[in-house]
Amino acid sequence: MSATTTVTLADLTRMLRESAGEEEGVDMDGDVLDVSFDDLGYDSLAMLQVIGQVQREYGIRLPDEAAADADTPRALLALINTNGHVPQTG
Amino acid sequence: MTAAVVTGLGIAAPNGFGTEAFWKATVAGESGLVPLTRFDAAQYPCVIAGEVKGFVAEEHIPSRLMPQTDRMTRLALAAADWAIDETGADLRQLPEYGMGVVTAASGGAVEFGQRELQNLWSKGKEHVSAYQSFAWFYAVNTGQISIRNKMRGPSGVLLTEQAGGIDAIGHARRHIRKGTPFVLSGGVDSALCPWGWVPQITTGRMSTVADPDRAYLPFSADASGYVVGEGGAVVVLEDAASARERGAPRIYGEVAGYGATMDPPPTSGRPPGLRRAAEIAISDAGLTPRNIDVVFADAAGVPELDQAEAAAISGLFGPRGVPVTAPKTMTGRLLAGGAALDVATALLSLHAGVIPPTVHVRAPAPAYGLDLVTGQPRDTAPRSALVLARGYGGFNAALVLRRTDG
Amino acid sequence: MRRVAITGLGAVAPGGIGVKEYWELLTAGRSATRTISFFDPSPFRSRVAAECDFDPVSAGLTPQEIRRLDRAAQFAVVSTREALADSGLDASRPSPDRIGTSIGSAVGCTTSLEREYVVVSDGGRKWNVDHEYAVPELYRHFVPSTMAAEVAWVAGAEGPAAVVSTGCTSGLDAIGHAVELIREGSADVMIAGATEAPISPITSACFDAIHATTPHNDEPERACRPFDRTRGGLVLGEGAAVMVLEEWESARRRGAHVYAEIAGFAARCNAYHMTGLKPDGREMAEAINAALQEARIAPEAIGYINAHGSGTKMNDRHETGAFKRTLGDHAHHVPISSVKSMIGHSLGAIGSLEIVACALAIEHGVLPPTANLHEPDPELDLDYIPLTAREQWADVVLSVGSGFGGFQSAMLLTRPRAQS
Repeated sequence: MSATTTVTLADLTRMLRESAGEEEGVDMDGDVLDVSFDDLGYDSLAMLQVIGQVQREYGIRLPDEAAADADTPRALLALINTNGHVPQTG
Repeated sequence: MTAAVVTGLGIAAPNGFGTEAFWKATVAGESGLVPLTRFDAAQYPCVIAGEVKGFVAEEHIPSRLMPQTDRMTRLALAAADWAIDETGADLRQLPEYGMGVVTAASGGAVEFGQRELQNLWSKGKEHVSAYQSFAWFYAVNTGQISIRNKMRGPSGVLLTEQAGGIDAIGHARRHIRKGTPFVLSGGVDSALCPWGWVPQITTGRMSTVADPDRAYLPFSADASGYVVGEGGAVVVLEDAASARERGAPRIYGEVAGYGATMDPPPTSGRPPGLRRAAEIAISDAGLTPRNIDVVFADAAGVPELDQAEAAAISGLFGPRGVPVTAPKTMTGRLLAGGAALDVATALLSLHAGVIPPTVHVRAPAPAYGLDLVTGQPRDTAPRSALVLARGYGGFNAALVLRRTDG
Repeated sequence: MRRVAITGLGAVAPGGIGVKEYWELLTAGRSATRTISFFDPSPFRSRVAAECDFDPVSAGLTPQEIRRLDRAAQFAVVSTREALADSGLDASRPSPDRIGTSIGSAVGCTTSLEREYVVVSDGGRKWNVDHEYAVPELYRHFVPSTMAAEVAWVAGAEGPAAVVSTGCTSGLDAIGHAVELIREGSADVMIAGATEAPISPITSACFDAIHATTPHNDEPERACRPFDRTRGGLVLGEGAAVMVLEEWESARRRGAHVYAEIAGFAARCNAYHMTGLKPDGREMAEAINAALQEARIAPEAIGYINAHGSGTKMNDRHETGAFKRTLGDHAHHVPISSVKSMIGHSLGAIGSLEIVACALAIEHGVLPPTANLHEPDPELDLDYIPLTAREQWADVVLSVGSGFGGFQSAMLLTRPRAQS
C-alpha cells in the first residue's frame, strides 16, 4: 500500500455493509465513528470478515489482535491508516 | 402416547411460493419445471430444473444475515418464518428449551461452497470468507433457524439424501414424544449451481430430455430419469394437547406413523427395504394398508427404481389397490427438500380432501399395476396418506399422515 | 425403559490405528499433532494438525473400496469392522432389520470433494465446472449419507440408517440418536459412531479466516493446549470411532462383554451464534442437567468429565462455566481432561472418539490426561489432569461437546453393574 492511501470512514462503512450487512435500527451513515462495533451490531466474526476485506482491498496486513483490540470505527481506522501494517508475506 | 400434529407449513417450491400459491398451483397441475436460468447449463447433458421463482431474499432475510447465508438457507429461513406464522404461536410465550429444530440436508449449501472453493483455488486463502466455516455445511439450516427464533431445545440434522425430509420429521416426532412441545422440521435444499449439478449428473439418473413437459415421467413407459429442483418445506410439529390448549388456529393432520429401513448391499440378492418401511409406518400408526387412502410416491422416474417402487406398492395394497400420486412431477426432486415437500403436500391434500395429480404422465406403464392419479385431481376426501421416499445408497423412509377431525 | 450397552469398539485415530493403539497414546499422554504433511501448509496461519498414518491397504480395504470411499468413509468402514469383531456379535446377531446405523460427520467427504473440485474447475479457473472430468464416485462424496450406507452394508444392517450432522457435536449426537432408536424399540443393535477427514486446504482456509485454529506452529506436538494460559486455538484432527450398541438384556443373554452403559444423553442449542459461545455455558449446563435427569444420576456421582476442551480461549471458559453451573462445588473435585490435546479436534468424529476413551477409562480405571497443560490458566480453576494419566476408578463419566450452529450435547456413561 502506498503511504498516501487513506481508508476513510465511508470506505469502512461500505466494507462493513458488504462483509457483514447492516443491523436493523442502526444508521451506518450517522455519527458512528466512536460507537462500538458491538453497538453497531457487528460481532467478532463480522469483524474478521471485514478485516479480511480491508486487507485484500488495500493490500495490507493487520495484526491478529486487530479484531479484538479495535473496538470502534475510529480505532480500526487508526490501526489501518497509521499502525499495524505488517508487510504482506506468506 | 402423545400425538404429534402439524400446525404450520412453510413452502418454497418451484411451482409456488407460500402455502396458498403452492397448493393452488399443485391442484391445478401447474408445473414449475423450466429450462435452467440460474446458471448457463448449455454445456451439460441435463438442462431442465425446478427453480423457485420470485424469491427476493432481501425482503425476507435481515441484512446482517445476507453475507453469511446461501440461497438454500435463505429459503429455509423464509419457509420457517411462514410455518411459525401459520401456527399462530407467540414463541416468546413458549419455553425456550421446549422448542427444537430438526432439518434434513443433502449436499449442503453448495453454491456458497463453490464460490469459496473458487476463491481459494483461483485467488488464495486470504480470499476465503470467514463465513465458509459454517455457511456451506450440513447443519447450517438447523443452526440459523434455531438462532433466529431462539429455539434452544433438542434439535438435529439428518442426512439420508432424498429420504431426509421424512427422517427429519420422524425424528421431530421423537422429540415431541419425549416432551418437547414445539418442533420445527422438514428440509429445504438448493444445489442449482455448476458444482451442485455436475455430481448429480454422474449418477446417470437425471433426465437428459430437454423438454420440461417430457423430462420427468415417473412410472411412465417413457421414463427417462428425474429432474432436480430446489426448495422444500418446513413443518411445525406440536404436541396435540398443547396445540389445542393454546388454541392453534389450524391442525393440518397428525404424524401418525414412521418407518425407516436400509436396503441390503446391491449384490446380496435380498429384497429392497421400501415395502418394509411402509409396513412399519402403517403399523406404527395403528392402521392396516386398507386404511390408507392415498400414496405419495418417491417416483424416481428411473425405470428400475419405478419398477421396484411399484412392486412395493402393489405388493402391499394389491394391483391398483390405492390411488398413487407424484406431485413432484411439478417441482422435480428436491434433494433434502423433496420428501418434506411431499409431506406438506399430503397434509394439504388431507386438509382439502383432494388428491393432486401427477402431471405430464399420460398413463403409467400397465405392467406396474398402479392406480396413478393423472390429469385431474381427485376429490375423494382421503383421510390418511402414506408418503414414501428413497435416498441414494439404499435409504427408505415412510410416513403415515392422518386427518385429526372426527 | 430399554437400556443400552456398549459391546464393541473400533477406532482410527491420529497416532494409533485401532483401539489398542489409540488407548496407548492417550494413557501415555503423547500428542499426535504435527506439521501438516497432506498438503503444503506454508500459506496458512495454522500449519499443524493431528493426522492419521492410515494405509487403506494394510487396514484391510479392498481396491474397489479404496476407489469408492472417501478417506472419512474408509475410516468408518475400518472402525466398523474392528467394532464388530470386538463385540463378538457375529454368531448371535439378530435379523438384519433389527440392526440400525447412525454415523456422525460434520463435513462429510470434504477432502474428496475438494480434490475433485480442483480437477473439474481446472484449478478454480472455471465456474462452469466440467462434468466430463467428474469421477463416477463424485455423487457419493457429494451426499455423505452414503457413509452410513457403507457402514450398514459392512454390518449387514437393514434397520434405520442415517448420517447425523450437527457440526462438532455430530459424534455425540450420532450415538445419542442410536441410543434413542434402541430405547424406543426401532432396533436392538446399532452400529454407531462418527468419522471425519477434514484436513484439506479449504478447511484450513476457513478456520484460518476465523482464527479458530492455533498459530502455535513452532512446536507442533505442543500446538494444542486446552485449559493452558498460552492456548491459542484448536488443532485440526481426523479419525473415526464406531461402536456396537446393544439392547442391554439381549447383550447380557448372549454373554457379551459390556464396556459401559449409556445412561443418559441430551442435546440443546444455544440459539446465540453460529460460531460464538457465551462464557456462562448456560445451554451446555442445561444439556448436562437433562442428561443427568434422564439417567437419574446426581451430579455428585460424576467421577470423570471428558471435556470438549478444544483449546480455544472461548471454549475452555465456556465449558468450565457450564461444569460449575451444573456440578456446583463438586466441579472442583471431579477430574476433567481433554483428549484433543493429543488427537486434535476431528470435528464431527471427535465426540465418538471421546466416548471410546470414556468407555476405556471406565474399563481400565485410568483417566487420560490433558497433554501440554504446563501453565494453568488462572481463570480456569478446575482439576484438568495435566500431562499424565491418572489411575482412578470412575463409575459415572460425563462427556460433552459444543458445535458450530450452537449445538451443545452431553452424554453419561456408567460402569456396567455387577452381574445379577
